[in-house]
Parts: sequence; C-alpha cells; structure tokens
Amino acid sequence: MIDLGRYTGTVLAAYGVSVVLLAGLIWHSIAANTRARRNLEKHRNDA
Amino acid sequence: MSIWEYANPAKFMRTTDKVLPWLVVSATICVLGGIVWGFLTPDDYRQGSTVKIMFLHVPAALMAINIWVMMLVTSLVWIIRRHHVSALAAKAAAPIGAVMTLIALITGAIWGQPMWGTWWEWDPRLTSFLILFLFYVGYIALWSAIEDPDSAADLTGVVCLVGSVFALLSRYAVLFWNQGLHQGASLSVQSGERMSAVYRYPLYLSMIGFALLFLALVVIRTRTEIRKRRLAALQAQEARA
Repeated sequence: MIDLGRYTGTVLAAYGVSVVLLAGLIWHSIAANTRARRNLEKHRNDA
Repeated sequence: MSIWEYANPAKFMRTTDKVLPWLVVSATICVLGGIVWGFLTPDDYRQGSTVKIMFLHVPAALMAINIWVMMLVTSLVWIIRRHHVSALAAKAAAPIGAVMTLIALITGAIWGQPMWGTWWEWDPRLTSFLILFLFYVGYIALWSAIEDPDSAADLTGVVCLVGSVFALLSRYAVLFWNQGLHQGASLSVQSGERMSAVYRYPLYLSMIGFALLFLALVVIRTRTEIRKRRLAALQAQEARA
C-alpha cells in the first residue's frame, strides 16, 4: 500500500472527486447517446 | 478532400463510427495509465504526496481552457459558414469543459489548502478560472433556454466570443499579474528550470489521456445532438404532412 503520509486525506479527496466527476460525465454522455439512438430507431420503426 | 465534408452530418456519423472505438480505447489506456503512473510517483521534497494531485489538476485545467478555444473556433465556423455540425460540436463540448473546469477548481482548492494555507484566494488565475466556469454554466443554460436551435447557436456563439477573454486570461494571468498565489506554467517549451522526468512523463501521458478523453466524449455527444436534431426534423416533417 502506498504511504501518502500526512496528506492522505488531501490526495484521496482530490482523486475521489475527480474520478466521480469524470465517471458521471462519461455515464451521462453514453446514456444520452443510447437514449437518442433508441428514440430515433423507434421513430423510424413506427413510421 | 476538404475538411468541410465533415460538416455533412451523414459523413460525420459515418467517419466517427470508424474512429470512435479507437478513440475510446486509446483514451482509456492513456487516462488510466497517466493517473495510475502519477499516483505511483515519489513524494516531492517540499509538497510531499500532494504533488500527485498535479496529474489531475494540470490536465483538467489545460483542457478547460482548450475546450473553450475549440468552442470558439466551432462557433466562428457556425457564425461564418452556417455548418450545423460545428454548432452542435460546440454545444456538445460545453458540459465536458464545465466538468474539466470544476475538476481544476476543486483539486486546486484541495491542493491549495495544505500548500498555501487557504482553500481559495482571489488570485488572478483562480478568479478568471471561476469566471470561466460561470461562462460554461451560462453557455449551457442559454442553449437550453432558447427553443430555436439556430438562434441558440447564434447567441451562444456571441457568449463564446466574450468568454474567450477569460479563457485566455486564465491561461496568461500569471504572466502579467504578479501578485497572485498561483505559480507559473508547470511545463514550458522554453529552456530553463524543468520539472523532473519522474513527474514530467506521467504528466504528459495524463495530458494526452485527458485530450483523447475529450475527443471521444465530444464525438459521442455530437452524435447524440445530431440524432436529436434528426428526430426533431422527422417529427416536424410529419406534423406538417
């Protein structure tokens, strides 16, 4: 295990926040794209 | 072959269909590689283990500014040549830029607390970065507030032009305002004092990773916008018939 010394909380907080924000952005981008593709396909199939 | 061919949504979708998997794979490898490598670097003699925050803070800040510049270029292409894909690319890039700015601000505050003794200081670079974040939020809000997509693209293009002052200010503020707490550029092409290779190479990898991640996400989000626009056009066509 890596020893971060007295700044353990500081470093982990920075990495934690960044990973959560990046994961949220990636999830939102993929989910919105899937939804848009499904809606367009559904509309084409219904037409 | 001309670059303007990609302004055709069908051509853009076909091309990005082939490119996207490669972008996703290379972005994943570089981002994970850069962050993990950065995390494993030794402690700095003055900053201790907080130096590891650099591998997130610097690439995020770099992307925050460059994404706004990309939005400026694509907005100008829309204003001058009226290519819809460029307006949609600018719209697609804004949330990514906002998240990158937020990461830079938060990691900067977390890093600043033990190093400067404060979470926040009204320093020129920090302040211009906060204003840049507010511009991102305003830009996104304006797109959602205006129903007509062409008018929204016109007005957000103007916002983009004005916000560019702060994007450039946040990059160069430390050069002409010396009273700030924030240090100068971490990396420079000019000769002089250089960062140790132990930190420099993982930082390069992380920066490349963040740039590739942005490209992958902006392509995905532009494709989403094109699909939404296509669906709206089909629905409007049926409503008229």
